[in-house]
Amino acid sequence: MEQFFELLITAFLIMAGLFGLVGSFGLLKLNDAMSRLHAPTKATTLGVGGVLLASMANAYANGPYLSVHELMITLFLLLTAPITANFIAKVHIHQRESRNSLPTAGEDGAWATKNLPDTDEG
Amino acid sequence: MILYAAIFAFGCFALAILMNLWKVLFADAIADRILALDTMFINAIALMVLYGIALGTGIYFEAAMIVAMLGFVSTVAYARFILRGNIIE
Repeated sequence: MEQFFELLITAFLIMAGLFGLVGSFGLLKLNDAMSRLHAPTKATTLGVGGVLLASMANAYANGPYLSVHELMITLFLLLTAPITANFIAKVHIHQRESRNSLPTAGEDGAWATKNLPDTDEG
Repeated sequence: MILYAAIFAFGCFALAILMNLWKVLFADAIADRILALDTMFINAIALMVLYGIALGTGIYFEAAMIVAMLGFVSTVAYARFILRGNIIE
């Protein structure tokens, strides 16, 4: 049983390290701003999730009891990563795109980030 | 074996933080800098939890939790400052 947990924790740690590395390498490697948004928000979140799972398994195997409070960080990161990505995409649209370079917004007319009064339209 | 895996993961996340630092310093758009800073926060959380595993204590959990919250709030505040000109209207 001890051997099993050691293998499990090792597998989680190696997987987490590789995912974290891939996420940050994608930030350097991908050449479009909106593609770059994908690598850190998905792969790095998965990497941290792997570390936290390893921490849980380690606490169960070597400590007095199973600790579940690592799940709090996992839940928090999984909840906040899409919100962060949405805000960063809005910043990109605000600074780098104009009304004409965006696809149409359907029946609303213009995207909310670009829907400014006429006087301060950039 | 766990220790060697933890050292491997330490190396991966340290390299990841260096890549993020490069992007924070030399990116050409503000959106990229915010993204790199947010990724740096997440990698720092991973390093803290890894340090807790390597030392066998649960003390670093609270630090990781607080850094997770601060990272989210600061990223949203920065993005909102760029978008709206102030943070709390």
